[in-house]
Amino acid sequence: MNGWLLFAFGFWVAAWALNEALVRIRTRNLAARKTINFIVPLLFGVTLLVIWEGVVKGFEIPSILLPAPSAIWARLTSSVPTLWADFQQTFMKSVIIGYIMGCGLGFVAALFIDRSPFLKKGLLPIGNFVSALPVVGVAPIMVMWFGFDWPSKVAVVVIMTFFPMLVNTVEGLASSSSMQRDLMRTYASGWGQTLTKLRLPAAMPFIFNALKINSTLALIGAIVAEFFGTPIVGMGFRISTEVGRSNADMVWAEIAVAAVAGSVFYGLVALTERAVTFWHPSVRGGQT
Amino acid sequence: MKQPSFLNDRILPILTVLAALIAIWYLCVVWLNAPFVRDQAARAGTEIVFTDLVKQTMNEERPVLPAPHQIVTELWKTTVTMPITSKRSLVYHAWVTISATLSGFVIGAALGMLLAIGIVHNRAMDKSMMPWVIASQTIPILAVAPMIIVVLNAVGISGLLPKALISAYLSFFPVVVGMVKGLRSPDNLLLDLMRTYHASPSQLFWKLRWPASLPFLFTSLKVAVAIALVGAIVGELPTGAVAGLGARLLSGSYYGQTIQIWAALFMAAVVAALLVSLVGVAHRMVLKRMGEKA
Repeated sequence: MNGWLLFAFGFWVAAWALNEALVRIRTRNLAARKTINFIVPLLFGVTLLVIWEGVVKGFEIPSILLPAPSAIWARLTSSVPTLWADFQQTFMKSVIIGYIMGCGLGFVAALFIDRSPFLKKGLLPIGNFVSALPVVGVAPIMVMWFGFDWPSKVAVVVIMTFFPMLVNTVEGLASSSSMQRDLMRTYASGWGQTLTKLRLPAAMPFIFNALKINSTLALIGAIVAEFFGTPIVGMGFRISTEVGRSNADMVWAEIAVAAVAGSVFYGLVALTERAVTFWHPSVRGGQT
Repeated sequence: MKQPSFLNDRILPILTVLAALIAIWYLCVVWLNAPFVRDQAARAGTEIVFTDLVKQTMNEERPVLPAPHQIVTELWKTTVTMPITSKRSLVYHAWVTISATLSGFVIGAALGMLLAIGIVHNRAMDKSMMPWVIASQTIPILAVAPMIIVVLNAVGISGLLPKALISAYLSFFPVVVGMVKGLRSPDNLLLDLMRTYHASPSQLFWKLRWPASLPFLFTSLKVAVAIALVGAIVGELPTGAVAGLGARLLSGSYYGQTIQIWAALFMAAVVAALLVSLVGVAHRMVLKRMGEKA
């Protein structure tokens, strides 16, 4: 039984030593450097999984408390249809629709607010304040208003994503300097032209910042809202019921799906950002 | 026009917007609650005039949307008139949540700072852990909350600690990311200067990196404390509505007590504002001690 522990420990030491050696390599070769930058974190992740597996097997931790990664994987592959149905209910319906509606509304509201300095002064502090609030708390109210199915989750997601988008867009629209705006004025461009040619492109880094924050918030909102009541499908529903039935491996499988979905969603937004804000120093510098 | 007046520039716009929001709220109250009142009147076989309709929508027992004054009354009733030790006192529930939030926040912030220091000083840690720290922010960690609670309960740990752990986990990541950025913020010129002074690594850390990181640290601490509160509230959901603001939300949604939900929600908002502004005050005090103009 302690063979597992020894193996995990040995693997950890070996991986650490290898990583230490890898980061010390200084090479001019760009491809080699990229490979190293890819392998090092990958090795760290694999080490984490091996230690997890080793500790669970070595100490014989009951799978109710903490299942081994291999058990989670087995569960994941054997219950694909359930996971897929949950994924469709939570991600395709609640998250995507809510995300698009919330971000869209926030953006449009920001455009309106931007026209009035008075509104800007009044709404921005309130928007900032609301962004710091535990907005998931509205979930029970939304479930009461819009019923158990996905519309109530969409409503929660919309409320959660609206304010970060609003605040960031307003901030971004103000980020072009007055010099640049004066230049647009000397070109005799109207409000619309200034907006599309100068201020929106300048606001893009801010807008994408909000889009990235919201991609995580949307998933959290949809899952937590399902704790308050759902039809018998959905990731949050599955997590809360399987916790009650002590099927820890199913819960972890669901979390793994949520993690992958969240990361892919975030990654897509980040890739779009790189394509849209190619001129921004943080992108040109080759960093994320 | 030289000195923008505080009243005209800050208070007035905010108050106007707030007043507008409350006005819209009252309109929504009438609109959303009217069907129920009409239904009641129809069942009783009476015609209802508009003024009565409005009056009744404002004072329903279990409204679809409670009017602001109902929420304020409920807040007043559950905070001031109740003894603090009572289970029905919102102060008691808020305190349960705040204690979990704060202990989790302290644990998470301390761990985050330690990890950030490690990451800045060790290249292998930086290369191997930073991508995971960033990736873990994209994972809906809150989804794990109920399971952590149940698992820890099974091991025999219950009460404050499981919730605090969730809060700690959530507040951990913003602190790591902000702190690493802050510790790296001194540029090469400053680092070179320290080297010409023949500064030891610990001197370099305490005299340059640490002070330089403080503004970044406080910005992420504000995010961290807000998210720690969310963690504590969600952590209270699966324990079966025992105590805390999250429990109030859940029991309110079970029994259709909309006013109770809204009161708990407002209390959570007040607590969040309080915590964030506390960190803000600490931020300003530290900046003042460092001789910066806040």
